[in-house]
Amino acid sequence: MSADTDVLPGAPASGRTDPQAVRKHSPLYRRRTIAAWGFALPFMVLFLAFTAGPVLLSLVMALTDLKSRDLRDPLAVNPVGLQNFADVLADPTFRKAAANTAYFVLVGVPLTLAVSLAIAVLLNTGITKLKTLFRIGYYMPVVTSIVAVAVVWRFLLRPDTGLINEVLGWFGIDGPNWLASTTWAMPSLIVMATWRSMGTLIIIFLAGLQSVPTSLHEAAALDGATAWERFRHITLPTIRPTMLFGAVITGIGYLQFFEEPFVMTQGGPLNSTLSVSFYIYNQFGFGNYGYAAAMSYVLFIAIVILTIIQFRALGERDEVPRRKRFRRSATGAPSATDAPTGTATATASATAARKQVGP
Amino acid sequence: MSDNRDRISVPSTRPPTERQALRRTKEQPLGYARPNLWVYLILGIGLIVVMSPFIWMLLSSVKSEGEIRRVPPTWVPQNPTLDNYRELFDRLDFPQFFTNSFVVATAVTLGNLVFCSMLGYVLAKSEFAGRNLLFRLVLGTLMVPGMVTLVPLFVLVANMGLVNTYGGLILPFLAGPFGVFLMRQFILGIPDELIDAARVDGASELRIFLQVVMPLAKPALATLAILTFLASWNNFLWPLVVATTEDKYTLPVALALYSVGQNQTQYGLLLAGAVVVVVPILIVFLLLQRYFVQGIAMTGIK
Repeated sequence: MSADTDVLPGAPASGRTDPQAVRKHSPLYRRRTIAAWGFALPFMVLFLAFTAGPVLLSLVMALTDLKSRDLRDPLAVNPVGLQNFADVLADPTFRKAAANTAYFVLVGVPLTLAVSLAIAVLLNTGITKLKTLFRIGYYMPVVTSIVAVAVVWRFLLRPDTGLINEVLGWFGIDGPNWLASTTWAMPSLIVMATWRSMGTLIIIFLAGLQSVPTSLHEAAALDGATAWERFRHITLPTIRPTMLFGAVITGIGYLQFFEEPFVMTQGGPLNSTLSVSFYIYNQFGFGNYGYAAAMSYVLFIAIVILTIIQFRALGERDEVPRRKRFRRSATGAPSATDAPTGTATATASATAARKQVGP
Repeated sequence: MSDNRDRISVPSTRPPTERQALRRTKEQPLGYARPNLWVYLILGIGLIVVMSPFIWMLLSSVKSEGEIRRVPPTWVPQNPTLDNYRELFDRLDFPQFFTNSFVVATAVTLGNLVFCSMLGYVLAKSEFAGRNLLFRLVLGTLMVPGMVTLVPLFVLVANMGLVNTYGGLILPFLAGPFGVFLMRQFILGIPDELIDAARVDGASELRIFLQVVMPLAKPALATLAILTFLASWNNFLWPLVVATTEDKYTLPVALALYSVGQNQTQYGLLLAGAVVVVVPILIVFLLLQRYFVQGIAMTGIK
């Protein structure tokens, strides 16, 4: 049930020699190609028009001074080269937004991973009663509308009548006015994002934990290893690919955070929760289309870089088997999904697309 | 899922000596094999913390405005009232928002089911010129953040005259790469023999697709349908941009704009609105939760 085995119902298919394999340029191959493109056509028309096309168009727009008044005649704009990108990087508000986003990701991703892993490990300790209840309960925040959730959290975080300060009060802590404080607004959003995102990770980690060999745990326990030692030296190394996958999808999602500040703080106070996505949305709202497009590409590049860093940081130790698997799959069918890494990239990006097209 | 643990907890499957060995280590923290009270306690407290925003939302939505503002805050409503809901439905055209959300989500779901499974099928089971190219193109766009397509998509939709129409809300989402990925992954697992047999019998590709592959792919279709519907229902950014008048707002857009507008101070109404948006989804989730787990198992993602 590991995230990277179950994802791959087709893994055996790669590298197989298809008994029906048809030689290229044969009439049958040509006929099949025509039929297959017939199947692909409806999707591809919509996909090129509304997904792939806009991705390219966005890059073109980023190189122009397109504004909302050019909407009627988008071809009458002036190319400005890389000026937009230079402006973006020099824009103090963008820098502020980038710093906020980095803060959100650098604190939020490790926190979410740690909390989710802790809960998954506890759920995996062999409890049988209530297990389903726990799993459903922890997953519930994931399915809810972030807008509705943010409305509720705004109440929980209120200074005087909010539930959170009330609970802190039991322990003699005088909670701040969370969302109105430049110090505490961002941590509040991070906690909310953790609450909302951990359900998916718990289920992914639970699947990954199934691949940890019980016999190793038993042997280590008999040798007197403590629970922590076993977790550190058996569980963690085994679920490294799962951790990587979790880190990548969470990182990609968090880099794009938008709804939280939109509903909770409108980017305030004093831009302390302004995210890059929110700033892009604002510039888009002001009609600075070219500028917004340039910023969106900067965000895209940041996502790619973060993903690469995470692969380096978490993925290096099992480099050899992974390379092997890649080589094998390279000979077979298109197989971005045949190695754990491929799975992570492909599906991680699928999560990123959640905001674009759906989950 | 519990195979491994059963091996430990069912004594009869083990030779007696080993059982004794396990028993002897009882003093050692073999938490892996023996669930204990602490685990339940921690998980229970965690669950209460995780659930409390929902519980509090439900309870507070039937409180009076005065009680919501009371210091210290109350949990259980003292005079439960449906006034918030009544006022909410008087003020805002919730049936309209609900209809909009439903129409858009249904259309998007149907589109993805049809288009993604067609492409997923040929990507998984047919060898043809350009297959790798198609697959890479589709997968390649998965990593692109939604903000990148926002601007050109809006320019496009505006030029098509589709701003503030159902078409503008639906068209950009009809064919998503995620669905292709999910369907391809699942269809890869369908035995080639079935498809080859149909081919040998002279069935057309369309017939194979409709009568062999689709019936076998029902679990994947169900998962894709639910995930797509949910994502569309909760989608916020695009409807926020494209729906410009109230009669085209979807539920999240209506709630968000209402909550950041001049109505910020009407707490009861906002909470009732949140309940109206969240509860239908939670019910659907509770009824169909196994498909969500399946979806994660199939693709690794929500």
